[in-house]
Amino acid sequence: MQTQSLFGTETDINTLMGKRKRIGLLWKVAFLFSTTLAILFLILLLLTVIDSSFGYVALRNEVEPSSLIAGKKSVKDFSRAELERVAATNLSSGILRRVEYEKPLEQRTGNDLVALLEQYVIKPKVLKTWGLWDSLTHTKAIDEYSRSEEGSYLTFKSWINAEFFLADQSADPLHAGIRTAFLGSLWIILITFLFAFPIGVGSAIYLQEYAQDNRLNRILQLNIFNLSAVPSIIYGLLGLAVFVRAMQSFTSGSMFSSLTDATANGRTILSGGLTLGLLVLPVIIINTQEALKAVPASLRMSSYGVGATKWQTIWHQVLPASGERILTGTILALSRALGETAPLVVIGASTFISVDPTGIFSKFTTLPIQIYQWSARPQGAYRNLAGAAIIALLILLMLMNSTAIYTRDKLAKKKRLES
Amino acid sequence: MNTSNLAEALNLGFEKKAVTHQQKTSLTLDKVNIRYGTFLAVKDISLAIYERQVTAFIGPSGCGKSTVLRSINRMNDMIRGASIVGSVLFNGYDLYAKDVDPVLVRRKIGMVFQKPNPFPKSIYENIAWGARINGFKGDYDELVETSLRSAALWEEVKDKLKQNALRLSGGQQQRLCIARTIAVQPEVILMDEPASALDPIATGKIEELIQELKASYTIIIVTHNMGQASRVSDHTAFFMVDEQKTGYLQEYAPTEQLFLNPRHKKTEEYISGKFG
Amino acid sequence: MHEQTAHPFGKRKRIHERVIETTLFLSAMLSILITVGIAFILIRESYLFFSDPDVRLLDFLTGKKWQPMIGLFGFLPLLNATLTTSIIAMALGIPIGLFVAIYLSEYASDRSRGILKPILEVLAGIPTIVYGYFALTFMTPLLRSIFGETTVEIYNTASAGLVMGILVLPMIATMAEDAISAVPKELRLASYALGGTKIETTFRVVIPAAMSGLSATFLLALSRAIGETMIVALAAGAGPKLTANPFEAAETITGYIVRISGGDVSYNSIDYNSIFALGLVLFLITFTLNLTSRKISSLFHQEYD
Repeated sequence: MQTQSLFGTETDINTLMGKRKRIGLLWKVAFLFSTTLAILFLILLLLTVIDSSFGYVALRNEVEPSSLIAGKKSVKDFSRAELERVAATNLSSGILRRVEYEKPLEQRTGNDLVALLEQYVIKPKVLKTWGLWDSLTHTKAIDEYSRSEEGSYLTFKSWINAEFFLADQSADPLHAGIRTAFLGSLWIILITFLFAFPIGVGSAIYLQEYAQDNRLNRILQLNIFNLSAVPSIIYGLLGLAVFVRAMQSFTSGSMFSSLTDATANGRTILSGGLTLGLLVLPVIIINTQEALKAVPASLRMSSYGVGATKWQTIWHQVLPASGERILTGTILALSRALGETAPLVVIGASTFISVDPTGIFSKFTTLPIQIYQWSARPQGAYRNLAGAAIIALLILLMLMNSTAIYTRDKLAKKKRLES
Repeated sequence: MNTSNLAEALNLGFEKKAVTHQQKTSLTLDKVNIRYGTFLAVKDISLAIYERQVTAFIGPSGCGKSTVLRSINRMNDMIRGASIVGSVLFNGYDLYAKDVDPVLVRRKIGMVFQKPNPFPKSIYENIAWGARINGFKGDYDELVETSLRSAALWEEVKDKLKQNALRLSGGQQQRLCIARTIAVQPEVILMDEPASALDPIATGKIEELIQELKASYTIIIVTHNMGQASRVSDHTAFFMVDEQKTGYLQEYAPTEQLFLNPRHKKTEEYISGKFG
Repeated sequence: MHEQTAHPFGKRKRIHERVIETTLFLSAMLSILITVGIAFILIRESYLFFSDPDVRLLDFLTGKKWQPMIGLFGFLPLLNATLTTSIIAMALGIPIGLFVAIYLSEYASDRSRGILKPILEVLAGIPTIVYGYFALTFMTPLLRSIFGETTVEIYNTASAGLVMGILVLPMIATMAEDAISAVPKELRLASYALGGTKIETTFRVVIPAAMSGLSATFLLALSRAIGETMIVALAAGAGPKLTANPFEAAETITGYIVRISGGDVSYNSIDYNSIFALGLVLFLITFTLNLTSRKISSLFHQEYD
């Protein structure tokens, strides 16, 4: 006699199983889909940036080359003699004087003269720019545009090129570059490192090696965690109030120099570096603590066993053992600081500056801020510049992160080979 | 029963040890009680350790032998919540007196751990470093060689002193740790189950080494291996644990006597393996 | 015998050690100083803001218009925009992030993980300004082409919100995966042993078990979205506006702060003080979220560690 199972007949069970398996499959597809989306987002982002950085540009010259030398459509076609002659006659007196002072026309290279003429006489103006995708697929529409605009001509431009890195900020998008911003970024990161690294590592050593497990230190730990999650703009506000305003005589350098600049203010690299230093400090502390925790207790024990003091143990044994992790984490923290925009805008990075920073008391702009400013402008060409600048920033970050990972792997390999 | 017959029968490997009539006391523990937080780990430990002799601490796990060992070179200070009542005297000096610097204590009373833990540095550096931070002003090369010879390791590593110490075998690493301890010229060497992580051949080498070392150093060795204790030590202290999991000293006697003629029933039961 | 004066173990004057310890201690205390500094600055400037005759606390909290020129300081428009962008960000980030986390911890092969995890790391490492650019040059045109150029303004909160979702996606995925992986294997095995399928185990056993860790993650992500600045600064719009329509432009709290401080602002003006007052609000909101997240997270670890 067969008792009816409470779970139904065999067919019932099979049907239910089929349904359950199907549901499982559907969800798995959903998970895979989400994962694909995530990858897609990254690809889209990179493609957008690349798209902006290359493409056709419709230009119109203020002065046509053919009006200077009949029959020649481009300055590059001019002969050497023609170049000098045209330059001498068409450059405005002020510019001609300055150019001659730097280097007389006869001594300049042909390329040099071409560039001069382009910039000061021909003065091409950007009418419209297109992205890479449009440039490849909508050539007909682009041609039509060029034809409809009187006197315009097309040229394919790679917005990221050597000149881009060397030129400074300029009102003319064709000649604008990131040199000033790039240097500003480097200076600031230097200050950030000098400030945050010793204090961060020192704090972590104290918390990990010296601190007792009491109330004060638990609060310290919690506090550091909270600081690491505070929005970066708040650090900007803090920096503005403390470094730029309250400590103005220090950060502007006026307390160190006898010359009191009437326009001296605290919106300097020093303030920027200190502010970002505060920002990355919690990150460095947390990372260093993790690195110290990973050092096995037996190492410390054996050190104490031969009669070493606490600091001797830390300095000679614990820090060397955790050094590479500390370094890697610090580099990653610094690369994060490199990409920060909001706090530095709040501090007051300069909106237009063409003078390279000369020291910690200089005014500054940074690469992310440059991107911000270019992105915010409506003219099309600035979008392209922003895209190119983003590529530069991403390359820089990639270099930094690869260095971090490379040092970590290389040092780890070295350890493995030895043991 | 004839002693030597029993020794043969039990194959305990005793050698007739020369009884030193002048046994000077190196360390004295007097009513030592150690707590971890509120938990009483060991109570009322009193014994005398003799100079240039090997004393073994044996007993079941959890009986506090390592705890007592660590109290001698103040390594318990490293453990949060550890506190001690009673006195530990070294050559008459109270090691826990208020103005005593534990760092200096640990130079005089060295320690070898259960798992070999050489520094991740070269063999040379492992030995030189301890001496250097303690202000050694002599010839380092000589110190390294002497220490390695004393640890019976010199011949094996003399050509590769710059090599990373972690590349040595377990037994070699442990001898290196012993050499490292000797380099800072202690008077006492504490060993916390020094051979339990090693293979039998390496263990044998360590045991031989201990016999050589006792000519110059006072040695206390914690071991759960009774054969080892009987082979290696001159005196043996047998620790037990009570129902509250607190350790105490059950019996302390010259090794031969403890093993062949234990006075307490528990000692006899432990030795014959009735419990572990 | 114990009264020897020449104690061989006398404490060597280790001033060296004490100095080092004190220096390290002071470094650690600096972090407290920073927190105190933040609190002090924000409170002081806020006080100046609220003591201005034009400003009343109640109006600040409930007022629907923010127009400093005519003395209106109701911050609801700013709060509304902040919440709109954040909620949109969560709506995108949480499901996708969670699903990616589930895939990573339950389904992915080692090879897939080896590809996916670096991708998430790269996404996490991209500066927010780049995301802002992406919102402006890709997301907005996309929305406009889908929904029409008359419905979607050039600056709108939807675009910013969606891209913010992408921004927090890697963070959610990574932290959620940690939480899910922390659930002990035994729980899963128990479910399988009873005949459960993988998906049933995941949804009925693992996710509930990981819930506190996941909640902590979501709160932290929300806090991040609320505090985010550059994406909204570029894509959401300038000028506070109280609107429920995400396709319209509106300025968030952070967007406002960055716009005002980026311009010419004199130190003793009400504009200057206002950004600190808003900063204080921002700080309080994110601080509460962070603290709650941490509390939940430590409860989670107590369960499973």
